[in-house]
Amino acid sequence: MTVDTSKRQDQVSDLPPPGGLAIQGQLPRWAVPGGLAASAVVVGLVLAAIGFSVGLFVVGTVVLFAVGLYVASRQVEGSRKATDRLVTVVVSSAFGLAVIPLLSVIYTVVSLGMVRFDGEFFNSSMRGVVGEGGGAYHAIVGTLLITALAALMSIPVGLLTAVYLVEYGKGRLAKAITFFVDVMTGIPSIVAGLFAVALFTYLVGPGARLGFAGSVALSVLMIPVVVRATEEMLKIVPNELREASFALGVPKWRTILKVVIPTSIAGIASGITLAIARVIGETAPLLVAVGLTTALSFNPFDGRMATLPVFAYLSYATPGVPREPYLERAWTAALVLIIIVMLLNLLARLIARVFAPKSR
Amino acid sequence: MGKAIDAKNLNIYYGSFLAVEGVNMSIRPKTVTALIGPSGCGKSTYLRSINRMHEVIPGARVEGRLELDGQDLYGPGVDPVGVRRQIGMVFQRPNPFPTMSIYDNVIAGMRLNSRKMRKDATDQLVEKSLRGANLWNEVKDRLDKPGSGLSGGQQQRLCIARAIAVQPDVLLMDEPCSALDPISTLAIEDLINELKMDYTIVIVTHNMQQAARVSDYTGFFNIEGTGKPGKLVEMDETKTIFSQPTEKATEDYVSGRFG
Ligand SMILES: Nc1ncnc2c1ncn2[C@@H]1O[C@H](COP(=O)(O)OP(=O)(O)O)[C@@H](O)[C@H]1O
Ligand SMILES: [Mg+2]
Repeated sequence: MTVDTSKRQDQVSDLPPPGGLAIQGQLPRWAVPGGLAASAVVVGLVLAAIGFSVGLFVVGTVVLFAVGLYVASRQVEGSRKATDRLVTVVVSSAFGLAVIPLLSVIYTVVSLGMVRFDGEFFNSSMRGVVGEGGGAYHAIVGTLLITALAALMSIPVGLLTAVYLVEYGKGRLAKAITFFVDVMTGIPSIVAGLFAVALFTYLVGPGARLGFAGSVALSVLMIPVVVRATEEMLKIVPNELREASFALGVPKWRTILKVVIPTSIAGIASGITLAIARVIGETAPLLVAVGLTTALSFNPFDGRMATLPVFAYLSYATPGVPREPYLERAWTAALVLIIIVMLLNLLARLIARVFAPKSR
Repeated sequence: MGKAIDAKNLNIYYGSFLAVEGVNMSIRPKTVTALIGPSGCGKSTYLRSINRMHEVIPGARVEGRLELDGQDLYGPGVDPVGVRRQIGMVFQRPNPFPTMSIYDNVIAGMRLNSRKMRKDATDQLVEKSLRGANLWNEVKDRLDKPGSGLSGGQQQRLCIARAIAVQPDVLLMDEPCSALDPISTLAIEDLINELKMDYTIVIVTHNMQQAARVSDYTGFFNIEGTGKPGKLVEMDETKTIFSQPTEKATEDYVSGRFG
């Protein structure tokens, strides 16, 4: 037996190594930074001759670098490595391309928004303010109230719908609900706003503008997002846990309430928070359903309310004279909105971490 | 504790597919019965029909009678939830609740049903169940830690502790050792030997040595071909099945001759 085995091993080592064991060349480490610098210099010189532009310079450098690296790598390292390097360059460039607008937006909003990022902005409304001064206290209150009301309506409806679809739904009804949720996901936000206007015209009378109408419009947009997020989270709860609970003589509704939802609560909570972040910046539906006012109002069931997106939009679109204070306030409102959304995202992460099932 | 199970002409379906046909089986109280047979012959299906876990799958249903100490488990008005409180189950893969501590996992049967218990009573129950599952010494200092932090074998014993904490009459085990290493397997087999003092145990296993080691009775299931229903070929005392079975098919299977 042993003799047999060693003999076979000998035979194996006699064979030529299959394919790739031959030592291949490798580009030196400085090839990437060096190549990039060289391409930049070459493209810079060429552009200096025919007229310089930043966009052309960056694109030219990347293209020249990619081609040069591919050719060099193909000569030295072989075609598989060369393809790898080429794709790496393409992927990195795509990433860079995607990040540019993000950084640019943040830079613009922060630099322009900081001008009026002061105490007065957070303390005062626009009541009786013409030109300088004033603030968006009333708009911040309005945004928070209207969004909170929308969340209060959407979360139970969305959560229960998702529970139905995942845990109980089968047959036609479930298919129909899934279909309508899909359709609702695609509703343009202005349509949701017009729906709210129509509804409250019917209920209250023509020309009705109130914060609650805005909440209803936002709910229409938020419910499908909550359903989808919750559905995904409930689906990834392993069936084994449900069966473990059933096998202990726990009824289905208790199993859902005490095993399925707690297991997925981290994902559900962060999904809901992101859904809130998604609707808090909606402008069009609030513009038509809630309108705008200059005064502070804490009552979403009576009259117009200010909200940050509408405040920013109208300050920018129809500024008074002089224009500058209006534009500055618009940018600061945008900055505050971004900060709120960012805080919500952070909150979602925190929630996910706090609720996540732990081990050890 | 420890009740008899009688299956009488049991047919088990998935929708219109007849998975197991005509099972007649008497299981005596406080014995260990092993179910053996090739993959897909319906051992799990049969086992899950005993505590009515089978019908959790959409379209799944059962015909015939299944009695627990003479009471028909599928009779009209019998609540499957009540059946499962009397007949516990341990699954192939350990499945402790990831959101719960070791302590809470053990008393999950009470907690999830919101049954109120005094603190000292729960403490006692946790200790008794964990001792019963031979896990107490390993976890007594970290009862508040998550159950998912234990090793696979410990997790499986935690699941057994969880199952016996609700004090069932019968314990069903579906290949409880197939995801475990040999040492954990031995620990579970020892445990089965102790548990049969109090419980009627039915265990599905792929491992014939295991069946021989732990069981008093063995039932051999077989299937004639794909798409055909599985059937109970014969059931007898374990030593009879492994030394002089009546059926040729059983002898071929236990001696390792297939097909
Ligand atoms: N959830 C299910 N839906 C439909 N058929 C199933 C399901 N589970 C098992 N079956 C079928 O039932 C038969 C028996 O399976 P199973 O009881 O798992 O066998 P075993 O446990 O003996 O390996 C197989 O033909 C299998 O394909
Ligand atoms: Mg099985």
